[in-house]
Amino acid sequence: MNYNISKEPIVIQEVIDKVVSRNAGAVTTFIGTVREMTKGKKTLFLIYEAYVPMAIKKLEQIGSEIKERWPDAETAITHRVGKLEITDIAVVIAVSTPHRNDAYEANRYAIERIKEIVPIWKKNTGKMGRHG
Amino acid sequence: MINVLLFAQLKDELGKETLSIEGNGMSVAQLKGKMKVDFQLEGLETVMTAVNEEFADDDTILSDGDTVAFIPPVSGG
Repeated sequence: MNYNISKEPIVIQEVIDKVVSRNAGAVTTFIGTVREMTKGKKTLFLIYEAYVPMAIKKLEQIGSEIKERWPDAETAITHRVGKLEITDIAVVIAVSTPHRNDAYEANRYAIERIKEIVPIWKKNTGKMGRHG
Repeated sequence: MINVLLFAQLKDELGKETLSIEGNGMSVAQLKGKMKVDFQLEGLETVMTAVNEEFADDDTILSDGDTVAFIPPVSGG
């Protein structure tokens, strides 16, 4: 299972281990974390929700799209749901390829596609004004 | 019956995450129109729709047993 939605904290190494391969000369890991300040407003915490079965399908679709563009790439993605505190990990994307340039590009492609097609939402309650 | 799933702000607006609606033979657009009238749900025209976990357009015809999910703009990552 290279594509997961997790209610539990993500263990980065477990995501990386899924893409380690004898053919790989590069593994890139993107770690998305909960940021405290956004445009001058403070986040206290975030709540992520997902349409889980469809979200997993869409993560798998992103993996297929990466395979079409970078046939030698191996991809694993885990996205967290539930309540996340500042600095908590929301998503981990690991991509391995024979050469580094493809690993960077394919990983960037994955996070951009997540933001387009994967049914996951973060609830921005807990945001307060600058002096709140 | 059509199983309707709501997420994010739509779920909060309606106070429910699932509905069962008589809609056999309706298009997605017609279902949206019916929900707008029945529940005063705003903004349904602009959200994406999934039928049976795959994105679908407004012309898609629905059958009993289908699961329709309204997908507000996603914000994962």
